[in-house]
Amino acid sequence: MKRKDSLAQRLCASPHIVWSALFIVVPLIMVVYYAFTDKTGAFTLDNISRLSDYTTTFLRSIWYGIIATIICLVIAYPVAYIIARSKARVQSTMIMLVMIPMWMNFLLRTYSWMTLLADNGVINNLLAKIGAGPLHMINTAGAVILGMVYNFLPYMILPIYTVMTKLDNSLIEAAQDLGANKARVFIDVVVPHSISGVVSGITMVFVPSVSTFYISQKLGGGSFALIGDIIEMQFQISNNFNFGAALSLVLMILILICMTVMNRFGDNDESKGGVMI
Amino acid sequence: MKRIISSLSAFILVLLTVLPFIPVASAGDYSHLKGTEINVYNWGEYISDGSEGSLDVNKEFEKETGIKVNYSMYETNEDMYNKIKGGGANYDVVIPSDYMIARMIDEGLLEKIDFSNIPNYSNILDEYKNLYFDPKNEYSVPYNVGMVGIIYNTKMVEGTPDSWSIMWDEKYKDEVLQFNNPRDAFGVAQKYLGISLNTTDSEEWHRAYDKLKEQKPLVSSYVMDDVFNKMEGGEAAIAAYYAGDYLTMVENNPDLAFFYPKEGTNIFVDSMCIPVGCQNKEAAELYINYMLRGDIALANAEYICYASPNRAVLENEEYSFVDNEILYPAEEDKPPTEYFHNLEPETLMLMTSLWDNLKIEGNDDKSIYIGLISFTVIAAGFAIFRTVRKRKRESMY
Repeated sequence: MKRKDSLAQRLCASPHIVWSALFIVVPLIMVVYYAFTDKTGAFTLDNISRLSDYTTTFLRSIWYGIIATIICLVIAYPVAYIIARSKARVQSTMIMLVMIPMWMNFLLRTYSWMTLLADNGVINNLLAKIGAGPLHMINTAGAVILGMVYNFLPYMILPIYTVMTKLDNSLIEAAQDLGANKARVFIDVVVPHSISGVVSGITMVFVPSVSTFYISQKLGGGSFALIGDIIEMQFQISNNFNFGAALSLVLMILILICMTVMNRFGDNDESKGGVMI
Repeated sequence: MKRIISSLSAFILVLLTVLPFIPVASAGDYSHLKGTEINVYNWGEYISDGSEGSLDVNKEFEKETGIKVNYSMYETNEDMYNKIKGGGANYDVVIPSDYMIARMIDEGLLEKIDFSNIPNYSNILDEYKNLYFDPKNEYSVPYNVGMVGIIYNTKMVEGTPDSWSIMWDEKYKDEVLQFNNPRDAFGVAQKYLGISLNTTDSEEWHRAYDKLKEQKPLVSSYVMDDVFNKMEGGEAAIAAYYAGDYLTMVENNPDLAFFYPKEGTNIFVDSMCIPVGCQNKEAAELYINYMLRGDIALANAEYICYASPNRAVLENEEYSFVDNEILYPAEEDKPPTEYFHNLEPETLMLMTSLWDNLKIEGNDDKSIYIGLISFTVIAAGFAIFRTVRKRKRESMY
C-alpha cells in the first residue's frame, strides 16, 4: 500500500531536493555539456575521441582502486566483527579509535605519510637502528595503495560494523542448536547477513580511491598519474575544461558500471541496513 | 602687551613642537579610503607576514591607512588566471609573472594603472622598466625578479657541476626532482637542448618531450613546494628550482649548493597588477605604492629571499643579501637568460598534451592488464559458483 506524502513531509524534504538539484543535478548537466562542446561552445566529439590515449590511466586507477578496496575489506571485516561482538563500552571506545583519525584533515594525514615513508624518513630511521637495510617505499605504487587503504579504511569498517550490530544473537544460537559448528555459523549466518554493509563499504572505499589525485601526487611522486591527476591537470594547468569534463564523465560512467556489477552480488540478499547505490 | 607676546611665543613654541607630527598632505590624501577593503591575491610565501620576527606588511598597511587587506594565495600563475578569467572573484591586486601578464593584457584582463598615484615607482631600477610584456609600462609594477637554477646536495653529488646534464646523469637515479608544472619542466629540457623557451616549432617541443621522457626513470618525484622538505631533508640530491628559494633551503640544510647552468636559464619578473573588476582601484594603487616604499620592500626582500628590482632596497646598508652572488651575480657570471613569453594557443595545447603523455607513462602497464584480467576471471568464477550453489539449494527445498 502506498500512502501519499503529507504536505509537512514534502516541506521537510524540499531543502534537500533543492540542494540536490542545485549542487548535484545542475553540475552534472554542466559536465555533460562541457564534455561535448569545444572552447567556443560548439558541439564536438573530439574530447571523447581523445580519451582512448588514456586507457591505461583509467585501467590503472581502477586496478589500484580494486586492490585498495580488497585490502580494506580483508582488514575491516574481522575488525568490524570483533568490535560488534565485544561489550558495549569496549565497542564505543573502539569505534572512537576508528573515528579519531578522521578528525584530522585528509591532506595533512597523507602529507605525514610522506615523512614516514621517505628514504630518510621515520620508518627507515627506525629500521636503520635495528640494523635492517633501507627500504625504498615512497614514490611507488605500494605507497599510493597504502595511502588509499589508510585514508578510506574507516569507511569500510563503519558500515560493516553497523550491519553486524544488528545481527540478532538468537539467529546464531538457532544455527548452533541445529548443529552448525563455528565456521558454518560464520559462513551461513554472519556473512550473508553482513553483505549489505560490505557492499556499501566497498562503494565508499572504491569510489574515492579511483578518483583520488592528492594521494597519488604526494605518495607516488607524480611519476605515474591516476585519472584524478589527469582531470586535475586539465582544470588547473591546461585550462581545458572541456576535456576535463569528458574525462570526469567517463570516470563516472565507469564507476557506475563497477557499482552495478558489484550490487548484483549484494541484491539477492534480503538483509537491510547498508547504503546501496 | 607683554602677555600677548608671551602667549604668542607660547603658541609658537607649541606649534614648533607639534609641527613635525602633523602629517604632510603628501602624494595624495587617502583618509576617505579609511574603512574600505582591498583583495590581494599573491603567491604563497611571497610576502613578509610577521613570522620569525619579520614585519607583517599587510597589518602595517592596515594600521597606516585604515584599509582592510583581504589576502589570499595561489600556487601557480595558471591557478590565478583561471580564477580571474572565470570572473567568480574580485581582486584588486594580483602578482602574476611576465608571460602571464602578457597573456592577461592580450585578453583584456588587466586595468591600466595610474602611475601618478605611485610616486615610489621611481625606486624601480631602469632595467626592469619597459620589459617586453608591458613595453609602455602601463599595467605592471615589478615586485621580484628571479632565475631558475639547480640546487644540489654536496654530500650526494661529486664535484662541482655546471650543466643541466646533471639532471640526466644515470648516477643520480631516483634522486632528481623535476618541476611539477609543464612550462618550467619543459624549460629545463629546452635549455639543456639549446632550444628557445618560446619556440613555436612543434618538432622542437617533441624533442624536449623526448628528453623529459628519457629523464623520467631518474626522477624521484615531480614537485613544486614539496621541494623544500625534500631537499632540506636530504631526500633527493638534485632539483631544478628558483634561486631565491635555495637561500631559504640552505638556512635549514647547509650541505646544499646552487649553480646557474652554463647553457642558460629562465629569468622571470613577478609584477603587481590590477585586474579588471577591481572594486577599489585607488586603494589598490596606494597598496602598490606602499609595497615599493624602502622599508616595506626591504622587509619583503629579506623575507622572500628573491632578488629585488627596488633601488631603495639595494642601496640600503641593512640589506643582508646585497652582496649575494646568487641573487645578484656579477655581469661576467650571469648565465644567458631568456624570459617566458605567452605561447600561442596551439603551442600551449601541444605542450599540455605532451605533458599529459609524460605523466600517464608508467612502468607497470603489463601488470595492470594481467591483474585486471585475473581479477575479472576470479570475480566471474565466484559469481557462477554462487548462482550454482543457490540453484542447488532452491531445488533442495
